[in-house]
Amino acid sequence: MTPLLSVDAVTFRYGKTLACDRIGFDLHPGEVLGIVGESGSGKTTLLNCLAGRLQPDSGTIRYTRANGEAVDIYRLGEAERRFLARTEWGFVHQTPRDGLRMGVTAGGNVGEPLMAVGNRHYENIRHEAASWLTKVEIDADRIDDRPTTFSGGMQQRLQIARNLVTGPRLVFMDEPTGGLDVSVQARLLDLVRGLVRDLNLSAILVTHDLAVARLLADRLMVMRRGRVVEHGLTDQVLDDPHDAYTQLLVSSVLQT
Amino acid sequence: MNAETQNSARDHTNNPAPDHTNDPAHDPGYNFAYLDEQTKRMIRRGLLKALAIPGYQVPFGSREMPLPYGWGTGGIQVTASVIGADDTLKVIDQGADDTTNAVSIRKFFRRVTGVKTTEKTAEATVIQTRHRIPEAPLREGQILVYQVPIPEPLRWLERRESESRKMHAYAEYGAMHVQLYESIARFGRITTTYDYPVKVADRYLMSPSPTPKFDNPKMHMNPAIQLFGAGREKRLYAVPPYTRVESLAFEDHPFEVQEWDDACALCGDDKSFLDEVVVDDAGTRMFMCSDSDHCRDRRAAGHRGGAEGAAAEALAAMTGGTDDGSNKDRAEDWAKDREAAQ
Amino acid sequence: MYVAVKGGEAAIDNAHAYLDETRRGDRSVPELAIAQIREQMSHAVDRVMAEGSLYDPDLAALAIKQAQGDLVEAIFLLRAYRTTLPRFGYTKPIKTNEMAVRRRVSATFKDIPGGQVLGPTFDYTHRLLDFALAADPSRPVKAVPETAEPLRPDMPRVTEFLNQEGLIETEDAPAQEDDPAKTADLTREPIDFPADRATRLQNLARGDEGFLLALGYSTQRGYGRTHPFAGEIRMGEVTVSITPDELGFEIDLGDITVTECEMVNQFQGSKTKPPQFTRGYGLVFGKTERKAMAMALVDRSLRAAEFDEQSGAPAQDEEFVLMHSDNVEASGFVQHLKLPHYVDFQSELELIRRLRKEADEQQRRDAVKEAAE
Repeated sequence: MTPLLSVDAVTFRYGKTLACDRIGFDLHPGEVLGIVGESGSGKTTLLNCLAGRLQPDSGTIRYTRANGEAVDIYRLGEAERRFLARTEWGFVHQTPRDGLRMGVTAGGNVGEPLMAVGNRHYENIRHEAASWLTKVEIDADRIDDRPTTFSGGMQQRLQIARNLVTGPRLVFMDEPTGGLDVSVQARLLDLVRGLVRDLNLSAILVTHDLAVARLLADRLMVMRRGRVVEHGLTDQVLDDPHDAYTQLLVSSVLQT
Repeated sequence: MNAETQNSARDHTNNPAPDHTNDPAHDPGYNFAYLDEQTKRMIRRGLLKALAIPGYQVPFGSREMPLPYGWGTGGIQVTASVIGADDTLKVIDQGADDTTNAVSIRKFFRRVTGVKTTEKTAEATVIQTRHRIPEAPLREGQILVYQVPIPEPLRWLERRESESRKMHAYAEYGAMHVQLYESIARFGRITTTYDYPVKVADRYLMSPSPTPKFDNPKMHMNPAIQLFGAGREKRLYAVPPYTRVESLAFEDHPFEVQEWDDACALCGDDKSFLDEVVVDDAGTRMFMCSDSDHCRDRRAAGHRGGAEGAAAEALAAMTGGTDDGSNKDRAEDWAKDREAAQ
Repeated sequence: MYVAVKGGEAAIDNAHAYLDETRRGDRSVPELAIAQIREQMSHAVDRVMAEGSLYDPDLAALAIKQAQGDLVEAIFLLRAYRTTLPRFGYTKPIKTNEMAVRRRVSATFKDIPGGQVLGPTFDYTHRLLDFALAADPSRPVKAVPETAEPLRPDMPRVTEFLNQEGLIETEDAPAQEDDPAKTADLTREPIDFPADRATRLQNLARGDEGFLLALGYSTQRGYGRTHPFAGEIRMGEVTVSITPDELGFEIDLGDITVTECEMVNQFQGSKTKPPQFTRGYGLVFGKTERKAMAMALVDRSLRAAEFDEQSGAPAQDEEFVLMHSDNVEASGFVQHLKLPHYVDFQSELELIRRLRKEADEQQRRDAVKEAAE
């Protein structure tokens, strides 16, 4: 099977610090890859490189488009890369504020990606937006309310709806449950898990929370100081960690 | 420095200005059309680029003009760059030739070019406008120059120039429809009434300048050249003749223009853009054509509206355009009164 | 019935006649001479020259007189005149280290080679209205005593002492110094973002004093703090020189008065740069110390991205600062709101009426429905 994303030797430096050191992996269609590690391990930098938002110093990221064509995303012009991101990808930010237009209604937020790809029928856009609000467990009556009137959990679910409404093939998620209470987190995780399964989404998920990773990811990559220290099936990595650092990570979670 | 040497100094380039010394009305203290020939050429190059990429905003080295920014310096620079001694100039503001700023700009051009001016749309070869497109259809060979305050249609969504330029480059205009969506969601209709965004030649999103959306359809496939100048924001853009200009809308909420329940009190037109006038302290309203030339034409052709007697006279005086001298008389009386009071 | 008001040329001419009368005021009071404004209103003249970006005290004084003391209007007059002037060439960069100093103070060292020179300053005056000045216009001017020793002609820069220790960033002359014509000219080319520092400084030097003052002040109150110290402020005369193509050697054109301010700002270092002091720079025509200091604060704030210290404060936002600093642009656009807008207003009226009508109809329908239920 052709990988959806094929990453080879991606390296990124901040000054003398190596934030990503020759990172490589393949992501297959329908697969969820978790990238875990403590803050400063380089996982968010890597995610930004993968999502076409931060050009790596070296290495290649090849993506297989819906039409079957494989492209090196940093060989594309910025216009094409932005088009690709708009039409085939989603990006869920840790802070909903970064991924939503706070001054625009929930319906407008979910409808915008549809309009961006050319949908020009108001009622259809509205209908689709309402149906997505329901899917992410937001009352469709709230369609004309602004996200500023939503709770943190609702804002995050709204951001997810906005990202999924155009049926992306690949979704990047940066600590999607980061700023939420534990009970709210659990509900959101259930929701995301359901959506990933139902839509057969491919996703790359960055998190420092191993419980989140266990629930959502098929495979895990453990990062430390810009390098991948362990990589394997999620259960394997978490239940039988080989690397000393992974062992430490796993045991510290168990202790708390 | 006297005017003579100032002028020759201004033309120190190798390309002297065309000789207009025979124009009786042209103030010899200034180069023809005020700007030096180098600057006019620079602006014309910008305009050619703008015409080649319809709707695209071309940055240009806007000059500091002797009229304030926001009062038409962009339009004035464009007009100054394209006008020739044989042109006939019409200047309108709010559709009328006699609004203060139109009078002031026309006076400026009369002084610095000596060209013939007119109030008749059909006679004009160059029409500088603020906020309206004439009702009379334009024809090939005419140039319509718009004064533009904010050339960037995306400014209200993305105030950063560095970002909005990218949105244009990548044709990322989804957010613009969000604005329309929001207004339908809230009010049941698109509530933008002027400066209504358009897409030009199926590519660039463009601000038509703060003309009422009533005028948007006139831009589409217009035989005239439409040039836009924003002096303070230092941008030029253009719509070449016979170019598609589409007002943004939804399939199920199509673009529509304003309609009035009334007709012009003077000429009876119920199809032109009407201005509302408060005629007495009780707040009685009357409507009349915003395009004074159009209204005069219709009246000359025998059309009449509802206003009669004194009201009709007063309204006609407002749209008369040509100064009948009564203002001058009043001014002289006033001056005498003040003199006496001193 | 109102009398129809026409915006005819006569009305405009009359308004301007009235304006001229207002300018003159009471004719029993002697008319101001340009020289009086130039000599006795020198701070106003300096501000008009600085923001009008044309160094000509007589024209600035004329502009102030014509504008009836409205300095922004006077700046506009000077700008509109300036734009018609031909470019004969580009001067060499002025050498402020060779300034004939009239004032020079530093807040960073108690004593400095060359000394602290107060010069003509409002500092330490008690702001008490001097009624004697009103009572007796011919009051003799206080004599300035001769200094014991003349000031050093080569007043060293305070920041150089820090530089000797390597504690302050070194500033390399921009590449365009060899060819001043290569420096961006904001009056000829539109600004492009991101702008280089030379372009930013050019914009600030022409910018509105009040705007820069407020922005500089905001950085002190925590909106993008830069920990500034007034390293050195100097005011005096510098020589302007030019190398005409025809001659091939440098000739002096004359002297101009400028105020220069170098702020020394803390910088804690980054991954690529060691901790050191950094600079904010202000240079303005005339005796314009308040503006030079504000400019230096804003210049340093605009370098926030360079030092990776951006916090979203207004003074750090290049587009915000540079696009709103010009008072001729700002004044024109704010005041254009008094031009007729009745076509647009009519459009809004029509909309509001229609929305109101629809809302009323909806309410009536709801009421009928409710009554029926």
